[in-house]
Amino acid sequence: MKLTLHIWRQKDRKSPGKMHKYQVTDVSEHASFLEMLDVLNEQLIEKGEEPVAFDHDCREGICGMCSLTIDGVPHGPDRGTTVCQLHMRHFRDGQTVYIEPFRAGSFPVVRDLVVDRSAFDRIIQAGGFISANTGAAPDANTLPISKGQADLAFDAAACIGCGACVAACPNASAMLFTAAKVAHMAALPQGQPERYRRVKAMVDAMDENGFGNCTNHYECVAVCPKGIPEDFIAQMNREYARASITKR
Amino acid sequence: MALDSNVPAGPLDKKWSQYKFDLKLVNPSNKRKFDIIVVGSGLAGGSAAATLAELGYNVACFCYQDSPRRAHSIAAQGGINAAKNYQNDGDSVHRLFYDTIKGGDFRSREANVHRLAEVSVNIIDQAVAQGVPFAREYGGVLATRSFGGAQVSRTFYAQGQTGQQLLLGVYAQLSKMIAAGKVTMFPRTELLDVVTVDGRAAGIVTRSLESGKIERWAGHAVLLATGGYTNVFCLSTNAKGCNVTASYRAYKKGAFFANPCYTQIHPTCIPQSGDYQSKLTLMSESLRNDGRVWVPKKKEDCGKRPRDVAEKDRDYYLERKYPSFGNLAPRDIASRSAKEVCDDGRGVGPGGRGVYLDFRDAIKRVGKDEIAGRYGNLFDMYAKITNEDPYSAPMRIYPAPHYAMGGLWVDYNLMSTIPGLFVLGEANFSDHGANRLGASALMQGLGDGYFVIPYTLGDYLVRAKPEKVSTDHPAFADSEKEVRAKVDKLLAVDGKRTPDDFHRQLGHVMWEKCGMARNEASLKEALVEIPKIREEFWSNVRVLGSEANYNVSLEKAGRVADFLEFAEVLVTDALDRDESCGGHFREEHQTDEGEAVRDDENYCYAAAWEFQGVGEAPKLNKEPLVFENVKLATRSYK
Repeated sequence: MKLTLHIWRQKDRKSPGKMHKYQVTDVSEHASFLEMLDVLNEQLIEKGEEPVAFDHDCREGICGMCSLTIDGVPHGPDRGTTVCQLHMRHFRDGQTVYIEPFRAGSFPVVRDLVVDRSAFDRIIQAGGFISANTGAAPDANTLPISKGQADLAFDAAACIGCGACVAACPNASAMLFTAAKVAHMAALPQGQPERYRRVKAMVDAMDENGFGNCTNHYECVAVCPKGIPEDFIAQMNREYARASITKR
Repeated sequence: MALDSNVPAGPLDKKWSQYKFDLKLVNPSNKRKFDIIVVGSGLAGGSAAATLAELGYNVACFCYQDSPRRAHSIAAQGGINAAKNYQNDGDSVHRLFYDTIKGGDFRSREANVHRLAEVSVNIIDQAVAQGVPFAREYGGVLATRSFGGAQVSRTFYAQGQTGQQLLLGVYAQLSKMIAAGKVTMFPRTELLDVVTVDGRAAGIVTRSLESGKIERWAGHAVLLATGGYTNVFCLSTNAKGCNVTASYRAYKKGAFFANPCYTQIHPTCIPQSGDYQSKLTLMSESLRNDGRVWVPKKKEDCGKRPRDVAEKDRDYYLERKYPSFGNLAPRDIASRSAKEVCDDGRGVGPGGRGVYLDFRDAIKRVGKDEIAGRYGNLFDMYAKITNEDPYSAPMRIYPAPHYAMGGLWVDYNLMSTIPGLFVLGEANFSDHGANRLGASALMQGLGDGYFVIPYTLGDYLVRAKPEKVSTDHPAFADSEKEVRAKVDKLLAVDGKRTPDDFHRQLGHVMWEKCGMARNEASLKEALVEIPKIREEFWSNVRVLGSEANYNVSLEKAGRVADFLEFAEVLVTDALDRDESCGGHFREEHQTDEGEAVRDDENYCYAAAWEFQGVGEAPKLNKEPLVFENVKLATRSYK
């Protein structure tokens, strides 16, 4: 395959960036999208041009590192998948493709297609944990948890923290990300002691880090590679309301 | 040098508890006077950083990813072992200990493995307390399943994402301590040197991947939890960023590298489909419960569609060779058998490097819905990657490098041969011998970080009384100078070939000559070829851009440069170990049926290699392995 690519190039945080046009040749339809970029980078280096920087690591859809917006859609045209698991057979020979970083004010561009998602870490640091120091744990079977609750907690915990939800949202809201963590821990008995403190602190951190609020577009759900549902956002709103009238 | 493993005296099952009592303690109010450097934020590094911070130490934690939540522990699928005996099926600490020793083909240290089995039960408790959503039974208790190398059901799991859930548990705990100001986190930062002063680990030199800034960090102790080196094969199941740099630079500073030739090749991965390929994807071993492995009997049938190959023309080679284990033959046997048939010219798919894993008979027997229920997500993943429907045509699979049992040598305290430099998780060599059992990597990473290092580190700080050295010390200056010189050198070569191109070339040599099966001749060839590639690398690599910003080429080139040196150590070890054991299969040492033949008389030791200079043969130091509690036996799979 041969493709025309328009790629966002930006030297560093301070420099302005712009789209550059590249031709990439000899792309296999079995290659992943990131492997196509590897091929482009090899071709660029041979021509003496600096390769395009993009985040990636596990390349099997679980680490959450890859973060490209392809033709305006975070993680590209295939639903329920990260960009490392998107294959070139979803594109036509000769197609023109626009590649940008995840766009959000809270995710500043570091270089080219690489963004800084440390705001997500700060939301977790605000309260996305259960305070259980090492060594203090009772036997794991002391506290039975129904299969339904455990499965619900797992579904929420499946979030990989990639940030596509923020990039897709017209308000750059981090509600789906935050809600998934709130719901995960609220579903478990271990999460109860800090339940209300947690949701308040995380929502505050979300606001402090410049993320917008949810206005029910659900673009986040459409691009989420792990299929995190919008129900969790509704649940977080209820948790937050309850927290604001609960003294703990 | 005489290697002292510092294994405490006493009966095996009392060693650790007695030792914990004998270890010196640091007074709670004194802990804040110590600065601890942790490199790596996976299960081992993250759990150590969080736990040490909870105890009161000041921790600085470094990782190359943009967030500690992305360390490669996240990709582990299957589960984590623990000797809970919740199933009442006869499990015990001793049984987990024995299974692990035997699975490692009797090449690990008894006392370490027993301790691992002991702490395994606490790991599950800790993870549950943090909110890790393990699978549960309808009654609300934890579910388990069985894994290879065990006759009991002791593997705890969270769907196929156990590693992710455990790592997110660790990450949450680490985040709590970051918020508390006790851990300072440095993401997108790479270790480039370990600094020693008077023979002790005094700190590290790092490079910020974003700004290119090279910095010095001093601490009272340094912990490396930097994972495995399987990317020396270029294509592996590891994440793209996984590298040997931290371990290798420590090795160059005097830490011994133990058993580097023990590498695990996983039999069921999606095969390579072209030169562009960047990594190999694992397909769970559980598929072999229902899939039948075969290749055509005749070479001329290899190009045909599988359905056009008549039943009588198919060679179900695992069932033929290992009638009692059949398609569930152990990992090493299954991997080597696949290589054999492909070397024989009977492989299928691009390049003839693949074998079929066929579900036709299973679908006929139990129906498509039942198979979808058992393996649906795996079938979907396969279809997504290959664009083939495994329900109607067999999967193609091929073995791939997966895990490194070898690593930096450590004693019972997890301390390397450099005092004050501790090594945790996959980066050390300690617990898996020559072959790791499934679901034991997560156990070891968390065991080291949660329950071993918090005890042994304190003892070191009290007994050795390390002084914190100023980063102005000449040793830091020299180290930084060396690091800068190397960066400058990489940028100055200005050759024609990309770092990835060299990595592929090295990987090809390693895979062909030192992969699933090795022999004296192939290893000697590798020892000739590797230095040649290295030489060309330093005269013909092309690294563009500058050192003062985000430079992906430079990052990659530095890692490939270290792999090019480390590969020689690995091959040297493989050549020295003139026996077959676990993941190390020397073709000269096999039975008529192709089983590994150990040589306990001559090779019952851990080989700890000492750096002598680049291109110089490293010096071999031996730690004899003493088995007081188990009898060395031959594993049989027939």
